[in-house]
Amino acid sequence: MRLTGTMSPGLSLGIHRTMVRIRVFESRVEELFKAGKLPGFVHTYIGQEAVAAGVCAALNRDDYITSTHRGHGHAIAKGMELGPIMAELYGKATGACRGRGGSMHVADFSVGMLGANGIVAGGLGIATGAALSARYRGTGQVAVGFFGDGGINKGTFHEALNFAATHRLGVVFVCENNQYAQFTSRLRTTSVEDLSVRAAAYGIPGITVDGNDPAATYRQTLEAVARAREGGGPTLLNMETYRFGGHYVGDAEVYRASAEVEARREEDPILRWERTLTNEGLMAAGARDAVWAEAGEEVSAAVSFAEESPYPEGGTALENVFTRIR
Amino acid sequence: MAQRDGTTRRMSFGQATVDAMRSAMREDDRVVVLGEDISWGGNFGQFRGLLDEFGPDRVIDMPISEAIIMAVGVGAAVTGMRPVASMSFVEFTLGAMDEIVNQAAKFRYMFGGQVSVPLVLRASDGVLRSSAGQHSSSLEGLFTHLPGLKVVAPSNPADARGLLRAAIADDDPVVYLENKRITAKRGPVPAGDHVVPLGSAAVRRTGSDLTIVTYSVMALHAEKACARLAGMGIDTELIELRSLVPLDLDTVLSSVVRTGRVVVAHEAWEFGGFGAEVVAAITGQAFDRLRAAPVRVGAAQAPIPFSPPLERAVVPGEDEIVAAAREVMGLC
Repeated sequence: MRLTGTMSPGLSLGIHRTMVRIRVFESRVEELFKAGKLPGFVHTYIGQEAVAAGVCAALNRDDYITSTHRGHGHAIAKGMELGPIMAELYGKATGACRGRGGSMHVADFSVGMLGANGIVAGGLGIATGAALSARYRGTGQVAVGFFGDGGINKGTFHEALNFAATHRLGVVFVCENNQYAQFTSRLRTTSVEDLSVRAAAYGIPGITVDGNDPAATYRQTLEAVARAREGGGPTLLNMETYRFGGHYVGDAEVYRASAEVEARREEDPILRWERTLTNEGLMAAGARDAVWAEAGEEVSAAVSFAEESPYPEGGTALENVFTRIR
Repeated sequence: MAQRDGTTRRMSFGQATVDAMRSAMREDDRVVVLGEDISWGGNFGQFRGLLDEFGPDRVIDMPISEAIIMAVGVGAAVTGMRPVASMSFVEFTLGAMDEIVNQAAKFRYMFGGQVSVPLVLRASDGVLRSSAGQHSSSLEGLFTHLPGLKVVAPSNPADARGLLRAAIADDDPVVYLENKRITAKRGPVPAGDHVVPLGSAAVRRTGSDLTIVTYSVMALHAEKACARLAGMGIDTELIELRSLVPLDLDTVLSSVVRTGRVVVAHEAWEFGGFGAEVVAAITGQAFDRLRAAPVRVGAAQAPIPFSPPLERAVVPGEDEIVAAAREVMGLC
């Protein structure tokens, strides 16, 4: 059986390209941060690319997502350009949020990216509200709320699932289960091992997905999105993946053994997908290298754009606190 | 809601808010209501009749999940709607503080002005017949402290209608505080689609000896206090702020520079309260015109107690305003 299943070659390769762009972007971000070029702190998405790439491939451009503190991958997969994301990480005036938000608050409402959110599970209710709005306006849009295995223990997770399920809203709750809530293994803090069972409490489907297989993340999202668009209500998808990096860049990772991380690297979602594409005759080695090279050039261009862009003027710091002061 | 004549109607504060909601919802189908018990008219009748006219798609009963009420409001507001979220008691907003503080207030700024958050949060505050510690607070100071939130606190039906209309029409998040003791109070409301712009204080009474600056239920206590002070020969100017953010400081200052004496009164705790901000603004900008140190009136530094005499001991009213005025006048 072909692992790409009914996915078209174009889609399979497109998802690969998205994953590679995220990986290269995040690897460069890590380097730039370590070189002291980026203010603040950054949480990278390396290792989880199959989630964002597969989920967002199942969405339309005008569908909504809400993201997390680890949001660069979601932003890229939803269609934001790399230049404004990178410039935002630099705190530049040309950033997606004009330098007001930074890494944890990247957003582009024009592509339905309703914001990375630094509050754990903070986006779930907002995605639910966007789904309510889409239903009311009759647009057929759906919303995806990304969160993590830490977020599943927040009250807002439960409040959002209950409300969305009660009104059968078109929202898909995607738990990006990377095994660690900040520094702490989810196994030490969570009442259930299979996080998808929490859907049962709200009478909605809950499905555990191999989050390192983009065919699986894509297909399960596609089904959930179809159900959502037809008025069938929300779905909880528990996408099992792994965070190759620390909670943030520079995290000493005292809470896990390096052997554990090395073992998990065998499951690297990009390597796995490349093997699949190669085995199924969809991608030659030269084509693979070209994707990586192209991503490298695109990220370099984004870095140049960010570095050449001006910082915002101090005199603009009070703009946009309000739409109108009175 | 009897029509008294062609220019005003008499109705209660609560009815005036319903009237504003109805006008806004008729005018703009993006306006929806999210709240607990609103199908039944709300805890204080603030939503009576809306379900019948606008139906359950626009008048949405929410679970007692304050965080989701507010988060759904934010999500809807940034995707093309104009929600009015309701929490029966202002203390319940604390269960949604992340959504208020970290989401609603910051979205526009943090995302570089990409989006507005046209959302109204209605909440009832203040003491009412021994409601005790968790149903009696006035928390405007929490909200006024946060950049990105507008805050209004009317005291009469006309302003209740006018400010709610303006709040719903505003593109930014507005916290609309309605004191429980005045919800049933009746008064005239100008006929037609009466709107009071945000950020405009009202001069309720002109006087030359002293300026009292206040808002919400304390404005009613202050009117009575002014009458008593007049009997003592003290001519008081009474300014009702109505909006706390944006704050109409010009109206306050133009009065204070004439009287040189000021009392700032609210039912909320005095310590760290909004009155401190008003006094600081006055002393910062009109210090050389002051003839006495400004005096604040606010609740004592304790949770609001249950037992009636204790509640009375903590929460200020007319007597405390009179005493503060006499102090500023150097009469005690």
